[in-house]
Amino acid sequence: MSIDRELPEYLDPSFLRGLIQQRITRRTALKGAGAVSLTAALAACGQLPSTGSTAAHVNWVWDKATKASVLDFANWPLYIDTAQNAAGGTTYPSLEQFTKDTGIKVNYSEPIQDDASFFAKIAPALKQGQPIGYDLMVITNGIQMTNLQLKHWLTELDPTKLPNFTKNAAPRLLKRDFDPGNKFTVPWQSGFTGIGYNPSLTGREITSFADLFDPKFAGKVGMMSGNQDTGNLTLLGLGIDPATSTPNDWKKAADKLKKQRDAGIVRKYYDQSYIKSLSAGDTWISMAWSGDIFQANLSAGNQNLKFVLPKEGGVIWTDNMCIPVGAAHPVDAITYMNYVYQPSVAAMLAESINYVTPVPSAKQEIEQQAAQASDQATKDSLSQTSGSTLVFPSAAEFGKTHYYRILNASEATQWNDIFNAVILG
Amino acid sequence: MAAGQPALRRRSIAPRLGRVLAPYLLILPGGGWMLVFFLLPIVTLLVTSLQSGDFVTGFEFTWNFANYGLGLDLYAVQYLHAIEYGGSATIVALLVAYPAAYWIAFRAGPRKSAYLLAVLLPFFVSFVIRTLSWETLLSDNGPLLGPLKAASLLPSEFRILATPIAVTGGLAYTFFPFMLLPIYVSLEKIDRRLIEAAQDLFADPVQVFRRVILPLSFPGIFAGVLLMGIPAIADYVNQDLLGGVGTTMVGRVIEQQFEVNINYPLAASLAFGLMLGLLAMLLIYQRIFGTREIMGD
Repeated sequence: MSIDRELPEYLDPSFLRGLIQQRITRRTALKGAGAVSLTAALAACGQLPSTGSTAAHVNWVWDKATKASVLDFANWPLYIDTAQNAAGGTTYPSLEQFTKDTGIKVNYSEPIQDDASFFAKIAPALKQGQPIGYDLMVITNGIQMTNLQLKHWLTELDPTKLPNFTKNAAPRLLKRDFDPGNKFTVPWQSGFTGIGYNPSLTGREITSFADLFDPKFAGKVGMMSGNQDTGNLTLLGLGIDPATSTPNDWKKAADKLKKQRDAGIVRKYYDQSYIKSLSAGDTWISMAWSGDIFQANLSAGNQNLKFVLPKEGGVIWTDNMCIPVGAAHPVDAITYMNYVYQPSVAAMLAESINYVTPVPSAKQEIEQQAAQASDQATKDSLSQTSGSTLVFPSAAEFGKTHYYRILNASEATQWNDIFNAVILG
Repeated sequence: MAAGQPALRRRSIAPRLGRVLAPYLLILPGGGWMLVFFLLPIVTLLVTSLQSGDFVTGFEFTWNFANYGLGLDLYAVQYLHAIEYGGSATIVALLVAYPAAYWIAFRAGPRKSAYLLAVLLPFFVSFVIRTLSWETLLSDNGPLLGPLKAASLLPSEFRILATPIAVTGGLAYTFFPFMLLPIYVSLEKIDRRLIEAAQDLFADPVQVFRRVILPLSFPGIFAGVLLMGIPAIADYVNQDLLGGVGTTMVGRVIEQQFEVNINYPLAASLAFGLMLGLLAMLLIYQRIFGTREIMGD
C-alpha cells in the first residue's frame, strides 16, 4: 500500500531556511502573529511548481548542501552503544569512531520517548518551515511516519550517497510499504513487540497472548500505552491480520482490552517505564520490546527476564533514520546513515543494544570477534548475540510477526479514539 | 498669595488631566499583563475549542460546539476522578496541615522559621523527581512494603501503587505547602490578647479554639483550599506515575490530547470545560464558605 499524497508542495529546505534565518530577527519573531504570517508568506514563496520530478527534488537539496562537520542526532534512550570513560561519564564508542573516520562531530541527544509526543513537539516548527534543531531523527514506522511523509517534512534521500545501505541492508528492508524504495528513510534498528515475563514470578513459561489475560496474574500485567503496539498485538491475538483489519475489528480488539482492564487484570498502561516495573517485580508479565529485556537483564544483574513472541503472532516495527526538512547539516546526516551500514559498525551497535540489526552480515563480524576474543565471558556474550534470534531473526520469527496497520489521517483519528477510550480509562 | 498664583494656574489644567488619567495609567501595567497573559490565551483556547478537522488536513474554525459534548461523553469518568482525587487530597492535606501550622505558629517559639524551612525544603527538589522516588519507595516489593510482606503482616498481593490511594496521597504530598503556608500566616497574625481575653472569660481550651482561633483562621483555610484544590484537580503527573488503570484524571487526558494525539480542538474544549467547572465550583464554594477578608467585602 502506498501513501497517497497531497499536491506536492515541495519546499527547498536550504532556500527556505536562508529566507527565514536572514529576515526574521528575534524581535520580529517575538511579534508572534506577525512572525507567523510572515513565515506563511515566505513558505508560499518557497513553494515549487508541482511539476518538478523526483530527481529534481533530490538534487535541489544535495547539490547545494555541503559537509558542515557537525551532526545533531536525536535518538531514543538506551538505543546506542555506550561505554564509561575514566571520569565515569557516558561515551558512545561508535560515534567517536565516526568522528575519527569522517571528522564530523556528533551532538547526540535522546529526546524521543515515544513517536507521538516527539512528533507533537516538532510538528509546530515544521509547519512553520522552521528548522527543528536536529539533522537526523529516529522515527518508528507508524502514524507519525505517515504524517511526516504526507506533509513533506522529510528530506528526500540521495541514493548515490548511500552505497553501504544498498550493498549491506537486509533485502526485506528494501521494500517496505510505508516507504517504498527508501526515498525518505533508512532503518536504524528493528524490533519485536511481544511479551516479557519473569518466570520465577509467573511460575510457568509464557507462550500465548492469552496469558496476558490470565486472572491468576491480576494486577501484575503490564500493557503498553502506545496504542499502535497494544492495538496491533491485540488484533493478532484475536487472529486478525492487522494489515487487512477494519474499524470493526479494532472495536473488537478494544472490547477485549476493556474486559481485561475492567477485570482488574491490567496494572497499568505503561510507556517506556514498563521495563522498570517488570524489573522491580511490580509486573510479572508485560507487553515488551525485544531488546529491552536483554538490556534489563544486563543492567539489573541477571534476573532472567524472558521475552517471547506469542504463538498467535507478534508485532515487528522498524525505527528509521530520517532527515527533517530544513535540517542544517543534511550532508553530515546522510554520511552517518551510510556509515552505520558497514558491518563492523552494525556489529558494534547490535552487540550493545540487541535489537534486530538491519545488516545481516554483522553476524559474521560478531562471530569473528567471538572467535578472536581472549576471555571466555566476552566470547560467550558475543556468541549469544550472534546466535540470538532476536538480533538475527530466522524466517520463522519473520513468519509470525506483522507490521503495524498503516493508517491514513482519518483512520488514525478513528484508531486513536477507539483504543484511547480504553487506555486512558 | 502672590507666590501661589503661578502654581495655581498650572494646577488648573495639567493636574486635572493627570488626575483623570492617573487611574488608567496605574492600571496599564496590570491591565496589559492581564490582556497578554490571561485574556489572549483564554480567547485562543476558546477559539481552538470550536475548531474541527485533524492535524494533517488542518484545523478550521467552524463553531464546532460538538467538541464539548464529545469530550464530556468520552471522559466524564475522568472528570469525576479529578474532582474525587483532587478533592480528597485537599481534605487530607487540610487535616494534616492545620495541626502542623497551628503547632508552628503557637508552640514552635524562636525556631519557627527553621520549622517552616523544614516544611519547604523538600520542595526545592523537582516534584517529578520526588514523585518518582515515591514510586520506588511504594513499589510492591520495595523498601516499605517488601519487609512487611516478608514478615507476613501484609498479604502478598497487597499494593499501594496503581491505586486511587497512591494518587490521592501523591497529590496531597505534592501540594502540601500551598495548604500549610496560608493557614500558618492566618494563625500567626491572630492577636494573642484575644486568646488571653477568652481565657479570662473562662473559656476552656476547646472553646478558645472553636470560638476564637478557628474562626480567625478561616481566611487561611479558605485560601489554602483554593490554592491547593485547583492545581490538584488539574494535575496530571501524580496519576501518571503513581496511578494505574482506572485512575486517569482529566488533566492527563488533556495532556495526551494536546501532546500525543495532537487533537487541539478536543484538548482545548476539555481544558475549557474543566476551567468552567472549576469556576462554578469556586463560586459555590465562595457562597458557602467565603469570608469578607478574602473576597474584598
